[in-house]
Amino acid sequence: MSAAMVLDNPWLRGLVIGGGVLGVVLGIVAYAIWFERKFTGLMHQRPGPNVVGWAGLLQPIADVLKLFQKDDRLPAAVDRPLFVLAPVLMLAATMMALAVVPWGWGVVVADLHIGVLFALSITSLAAIPIWMAGWASNNKYALLGGMRAAAQAISYEVPLLLSVTVPVVLAGSFRLGDIVAAQAGGRWFALWPPGPGFFAFVLFYLSSLAEANRIPFDIPEAESELVGGITTEYGGMKFALFYLGEYLHTVVASAIASAAFLGGSDMGPLGDGLHWMLLKTLLLTASVIFVRWSWLRLRADQLMALCWTVFVPGGLVLVMASALWVHLT
Amino acid sequence: MLEAVIFYVFALAAVVLGIIVVTRRNPIASAIALVGTFFFLAGMYAMLDAHFVAVIQLLVYAGAIMVLFIFVMMLLNLREMGEGMVADIAGATTRGILGLSAVGLVGIGIYVGLQGVAGRKLGVAAEGTGTIEAVGRALFGGSYLLPFEIASALLTVAMIGAVVIAKREI
Repeated sequence: MSAAMVLDNPWLRGLVIGGGVLGVVLGIVAYAIWFERKFTGLMHQRPGPNVVGWAGLLQPIADVLKLFQKDDRLPAAVDRPLFVLAPVLMLAATMMALAVVPWGWGVVVADLHIGVLFALSITSLAAIPIWMAGWASNNKYALLGGMRAAAQAISYEVPLLLSVTVPVVLAGSFRLGDIVAAQAGGRWFALWPPGPGFFAFVLFYLSSLAEANRIPFDIPEAESELVGGITTEYGGMKFALFYLGEYLHTVVASAIASAAFLGGSDMGPLGDGLHWMLLKTLLLTASVIFVRWSWLRLRADQLMALCWTVFVPGGLVLVMASALWVHLT
Repeated sequence: MLEAVIFYVFALAAVVLGIIVVTRRNPIASAIALVGTFFFLAGMYAMLDAHFVAVIQLLVYAGAIMVLFIFVMMLLNLREMGEGMVADIAGATTRGILGLSAVGLVGIGIYVGLQGVAGRKLGVAAEGTGTIEAVGRALFGGSYLLPFEIASALLTVAMIGAVVIAKREI
């Protein structure tokens, strides 16, 4: 079967491109974990992983091999089906959002015409497995973490959707491919029109941090208050799936932010290509790691107050401003 | 062919999870099975080219409303809602009568609905009926503008209420 035939059949095309994208992104995620540890080491003035391979580059592989060999323990008092399902569902929900990300050069698994909405609704659905994990663990810290995750997810979904409405209004389409096309030639929505696009980008970035449970918004697993939050009772590969899901969420959110606000595969005068999209995604992911070691965790009530008193009204103003811009131009 | 297979997988999963929703004693297990039902229903909407409805199903029902359900359940005392709860509400006979009448009502509803379309030729919806553009045009361009605006005003009021409540506690 020739390559053209594979690309003409939608099922095979989805399978090939989907498999490819998933493989590459999971590789990125594995090395994002390595990068985070190395970068943390730098900020702590210690070497970080440096034993396995050159500069510890084989560390992620060694970690995964170790995790696979671990005993798959199931605590006695857990709700078995929910406990086992939760990490798998959480990872699956996050992975599904990858389908609509346009990587450039036509590499996109399914450029749905509701792409942005699909990506955000499916990633926000990851809150339910997280809550499931907290409840099924039969552990008060895990349950508290799960409740916090649920509260945080429904609250931050509102500013997240409002912020992403700004590029949707400006481009006149929910399709991420169209949104990227509307930013061609360096007219990135984060830069042009000045104002709404940039603030919407900041809002999207911060709300995504909250949705992905990253510091400074990682109250669901706040280790200083909740032991390990939802992951308290998890070990081995099941724990690793949560860990992977969280990093994958960061990478997916970075990719969507790159496509919706930073021009996607477009790099102005430097041309257009998949490598630019990857570079932007990686830089945003790295910035999330930088944020982790630069800011302190918010309290649960501060987190909610920030969302409802600053982010939501701000998001509404931004949507109105962008609609006004489209109306006037 | 493949679409039929996917349809039956989704349909079976939705029905099985729906049965789990009503047979579990544990309200949390029911709630989570309900999320699964919503998810597979959304998949079926997507297969019917009603993409907008599919995503809203995920975003609103499976996402927001289920999280609210869960919150309400957690605010109630779960221990009191354990095994004996259903039996405490009413005796076996009353429960049986209530259940059968519920089934009967749904059955009458389905029967009346089917009578309404019986003998009428059901065409396939035009291409793009369920897209976000078509839904947008129907909402903003058609006769649904006023109800839509009233609903959005209502939601804005609720949102302002949430902001006010959050602010008072700072």
